[in-house]
Order: sequence, then structure tokens, then C-alpha cells
Amino acid sequence: MPEQPHEPEGAIAATGMGGAMDLATSEGATLEKTPGGPQGTGPSEKPRSLWSDAWRDLRRNPVFIISALVILFLVVISLWPSLIASGNPLKCDLAKAQEGSQPGHPFGYDGQGCDVYTRTVYGARTSVTVGVCATLGVALLGSVLGGLAGFFGGFWDSVLSRITDVFFAIPVVLGGLVLLSVVTSNTVWPVIGFMVLLGWPQISRIARGSVITAKQNDYVQAARALGASNSRLLLRHITPNAVAPVIVVATIALGTYISLEATLSYLGVGLKPPTVSWGIDISAASAYIRNAPHMLLWPAGALALTVLAFIMLGDAVRDALDPKLR
Amino acid sequence: MAEHQEPILEVSGLVKHYPLTTGILFKKQVGAVKAVDGVDFTLNRGETLGIVGESGCGKSTVAKMLVNLERPTAGEIRFKGEDISKLSGKALKSVRRNIQMVFQDPYTSLNPRMTVGDIIGEPYDIHPEVAPKGDRRRKVQDLLDVVGLNPEYINRYPHQFSGGQRQRIGIARGLALRPEVIVADEPVSALDVSVQAQVINLMAGLQDEFELSYLFIAHDLSIVRHISDRVGVMYLGRIVEIGKDAEIYDHPTHPYTQALLSAVPVPDPEAREHRERIILAGDVPSPTNIPSGCRFRTRCWKAQERCELEVPALAVPAEFRHVTGPAAHDSACHFAEEKQVVPSEEPQEPQDPEGKSNGPG
Repeated sequence: MPEQPHEPEGAIAATGMGGAMDLATSEGATLEKTPGGPQGTGPSEKPRSLWSDAWRDLRRNPVFIISALVILFLVVISLWPSLIASGNPLKCDLAKAQEGSQPGHPFGYDGQGCDVYTRTVYGARTSVTVGVCATLGVALLGSVLGGLAGFFGGFWDSVLSRITDVFFAIPVVLGGLVLLSVVTSNTVWPVIGFMVLLGWPQISRIARGSVITAKQNDYVQAARALGASNSRLLLRHITPNAVAPVIVVATIALGTYISLEATLSYLGVGLKPPTVSWGIDISAASAYIRNAPHMLLWPAGALALTVLAFIMLGDAVRDALDPKLR
Repeated sequence: MAEHQEPILEVSGLVKHYPLTTGILFKKQVGAVKAVDGVDFTLNRGETLGIVGESGCGKSTVAKMLVNLERPTAGEIRFKGEDISKLSGKALKSVRRNIQMVFQDPYTSLNPRMTVGDIIGEPYDIHPEVAPKGDRRRKVQDLLDVVGLNPEYINRYPHQFSGGQRQRIGIARGLALRPEVIVADEPVSALDVSVQAQVINLMAGLQDEFELSYLFIAHDLSIVRHISDRVGVMYLGRIVEIGKDAEIYDHPTHPYTQALLSAVPVPDPEAREHRERIILAGDVPSPTNIPSGCRFRTRCWKAQERCELEVPALAVPAEFRHVTGPAAHDSACHFAEEKQVVPSEEPQEPQDPEGKSNGPG
């Protein structure tokens, strides 16, 4: 068969293979006709990588921009709540309990006569801290342990899998009652620590599974045959291909942690007043949902918006890391 | 092509057993999968050695051991005289530069989240001494050009290419370090038939250009014949017959080779009517429980008591030892006899349909 190895595939298909143009070669021919391609790849353009492409993609994604702005706003009011709320969240007037919206107090008053708007703004700090820190802690610990166990396998993998089995058997609420009842400090850190302790096995199992799937791919073998070190295999080949399920589960779990903090506070083992948090307010308001729904609506709405923003952000990042979706 | 018989890769007594274990935390070995069980061959400089055999016979495991993806249980792999199977660290890394692999499935052998430039340039990241940093992009584009792809595709991702183009990218990655040996594990079996020939011819062209030696693994006998100078036939973890391509294809002496060749489709209906189709009884035995003596005896129509007791050596069989001719090549059979199963160009007499006749002790 006449063959010029220097010719692109489409050309060979035309000369060498005669009529035997199949799907693959005609695909090649299509690529041939548009050398610039949809991304406008030119010879003078600088080389790109997954991360720079992902960032380019994210900057143009409205979902990413909106969710990032919401999260930025939440961070700002967590740090400086007095920027948008001038009142004192702890200054309450029982005479105004459960009153609805009125000038200067757009969200109304709660069961203790505290201003709901001020409490919602001040509650962001606790709730966002609990949600973000617990999620980060769980995601980091879980994916590092699970990822390494999945990558190296063997004895430590078996040990880790049995440990996760043990943790799965502990009911969260019961574990919280036992572990947190001995804690006297009224800060968010013991609560976050407890969530990380009980939450990491979930992420660990997901990370382990997706690392095992990724490491069996031939491109990992190919890199190994080139002499790539384990850290290169993990960072360049396995992590980008295994991180998607971890992002999805972790962002969904963020909302769970914010509401778990409320559950623990309701049971008296989480945060105690005078700490202000959405969780405390939601559980307090849930008893009055028929008389004064506004007490529940605003902190719950803030929680929903926060969770939604993080889930959308996670989704956008996951999609940006998948070149097939571009 | 292989006029100068300088060995570049010598494999002797190569064995790979995978332990079978039970137990959840503390594992106990209860047996072994004998994937490769004593393989010897030599690859000469500039030569293509084809390895054929059915699925599960250990071809791919041999390939993985050659590129050090698997450690042999026993045996030696000598590259230019040096045993590379026990190397580690720096020494191993520098040997890896000289032996590279082309993988079977172009859909899983390229990282979907890396650009083509990153994939082909990765060898230079791992072996920075090969190419200075500023030079890499040009080298990658040269490689794309060499394998017949547009050098402007450097920022594209693998999913934007067809199967044949992806395999070209895989070949370019294999060539990046200018290796002397390329181990190709079924490089075209995942491709459309019309693209297979293009990739094979590309590989043949590159062999001359870069003075490569190929170990070419496949189950497609006609493709192996097309590209190989010598061919080895594997069965259940061992090479049963090895020789020049004409010796194996036109003058096979091992019954397994004969059976394998009789299954090759013949495009000529005239010839097809006259040829004998050898149908083997039963399945390939489990590699955990390999038959004693000759491992092919459970499916061989010539098997006798001797086959059960004595392992046939891979050497020129006794009956051909004193003749010179294409039949005198290594074949691991006690009762080797020449038998032409692939019809030659001119029409010939139908052969003895019994084929069971002799067996000179």
C-alpha cells in the first residue's frame, strides 16, 4: 500500500485506503479542515495545561461567577457582620417576640424578640465556619487517606478499610452526644473536630474507589513505564481523574454539616447561646413554623443559598476539569 | 533488515507467577497464576520479533516485564548484556529511556485531562536531561509531525482525536526519548481495520528512521507476519515455537502453531476449499493448574505418554536437526512434523486429512 508516514491521517485515507473511509478517518479529515479548531489553536499560541484551560473556562462560566460572588459575600459578612447590620444580635426585647416585618427590622423578630435580620447576618460566621472547615477537613483527611490507601493497596489499605467500617457503624447523633458532652468550650472547633472525625470515612471510601479506578488506566502504566515517580503519578495523572466524585460529595455534605451543627446545638451538645448560628435559630424557630414562619424562613433561606452556592461552585469546577465537556 | 545479528535484548527463563491469596487482613498464599512460566528469546538490533498467542497466554505480561511494569518472579532480561530486571532507582530510570512501550488501547492509554503537548512532553519532564526546557515544545511538534499529525494540535485533548490518531500520539510518546527498543502490546487490535494498516506502516517506517527494534505482540497472525522478521508462538505462558516468519507461517512444526494458522481466514475461496481446518478440543487449561510435561498435550491430537512425562525443550526437533531448511527451527514438541496449513500461492494437493499418523519416538 502506498504510504507516506509524514502525511496526516486524513490524507492517507484519501490516497492509500481508497474508498475505505471509515468513521475514524473521516473524523480525522474534519479535524484537518479546521486546523484552528474551536479553540483557535495556533502555532504561535503558548502551550496550555489542564489547569490553565480550566481557569479560562471558569472565568467565562456564569454559574461559577455567581456562586463565587455569593461565597465571597458570605465570607465578607462572616468577617465583618457590622458592615451590613448595625444592631446587636444579642439585644432582644421579649415584648416584640414573633412580630413580623416592620421598618428598620425587615425580617421581623424571633421568639425571644431578637432582630432576625441581625441574627441571620451574625449567624453566618458560625455557620459558614462550621460548614467550610468541616468540609475542608473531611475532604482533605478523607481524600488523602483514601487516595493513598487506594494507590498503594496492600496491608495498610486493608487496615484503613476496616477502620472506616468501624466509623460507619457509629451513629452520628449518638456519637455527638457522647463525645461532645465532655467538651466545655463553647467554640466551633470541637464541633468541627467531631464532624471531621465522623465524616472522613465517607470521603475516604469514595476517594479510594475512584483512585483505584483511575490507577488501572493504561495512561498511569504508560507514565510508570516512562519512569514517573509515585508523586507525579498521583498529582498529574490520578488526582485530576479521580477528584470529581470527591468534589460532588463534599459540596453536598457542606449543607449537611451546617444542619448537623443545628441538630447538635438543639440537643444541647453543640454550640450554646450566646453564640449566634443559623442552626440554633432554625431549630428554635421550627417549633413556631405555623405562627411565625418568617423566623424560620430567613435563616433557612440563608443556609439554602450557602449550600446552593457551594454545590454550584463544585459543579462548575468539576466540569471545568473535564476537557470533554468544553 | 536483520542482517547484523547483534542481540539487543535477551530474555532467559522469564517467569511471572501471581500469588493467589485468601484472608482479609493477613493474607495466605493458596496457589499461583502462572502467567509466564519460562520464556526465552532474543531480540536483535533493528529486528521485529512478533509474539502471537491467544488471550491469556501471557503475551502482555511478558511486555510488562520488559518495560519493568512488573517484576519477574524469576529469570533475566538483559539489555545489551546487562540484567535490567532487578534494577531500581536511578539505574532503572536510565534503562527505561531505552525501552519504551506502545499500548493496546488508545482510548485508555492517553490521560484524558492532559493536552497532547503535555502527554508527548511528559517523557522530557521525567528525563529532563534529554531535552532542555526551551527546546521541548519544538521537539513535541517534531514528534507530532513524524507520526503524521498536525503539529498545531499540541493544545488539544485526546478526546478530540480518532482512534488511529490517538495511537499515533501514543507512538509519538514512545519515541520521545529516542529508545532503542519499543515493546508494542497489540498496538492495532483496538483500531478499525482500515486504520490498522496505516498505523502498522507508520511503525515500519519509523523503525528504519529511528533504528528501532520492535517486540510486536498481537493475536492477529496476518499483521504479525506483515511486520515481523521473526515470530514466536506462545501457549500458556511459554513460547512453543520460534523462527523466521517464513519458517513459522509456511513450515510450522508445532501442532499448536499449525492449529492456530489453520484458523487464519483465507481470502481465496479456491484455496479455502482445499485447506484443512484443525479444530482443537477443549479449552486452554487454567494457568493455576498447568498440565505436566508438555502443556499443550491436553488439546493435542498427537499426545502420547511421553508428552505427559517429559517437558519438550524449545530447540530444533531431532527429526530436523540434520537437515537444513525452513523446517529446522526451534519447536517445543516431541513429535514435531512439518505441515503446511496456510495455502501457498500455487494450488496444491489436499493434505492427508488424518494428520495423526506418525510419531517417531
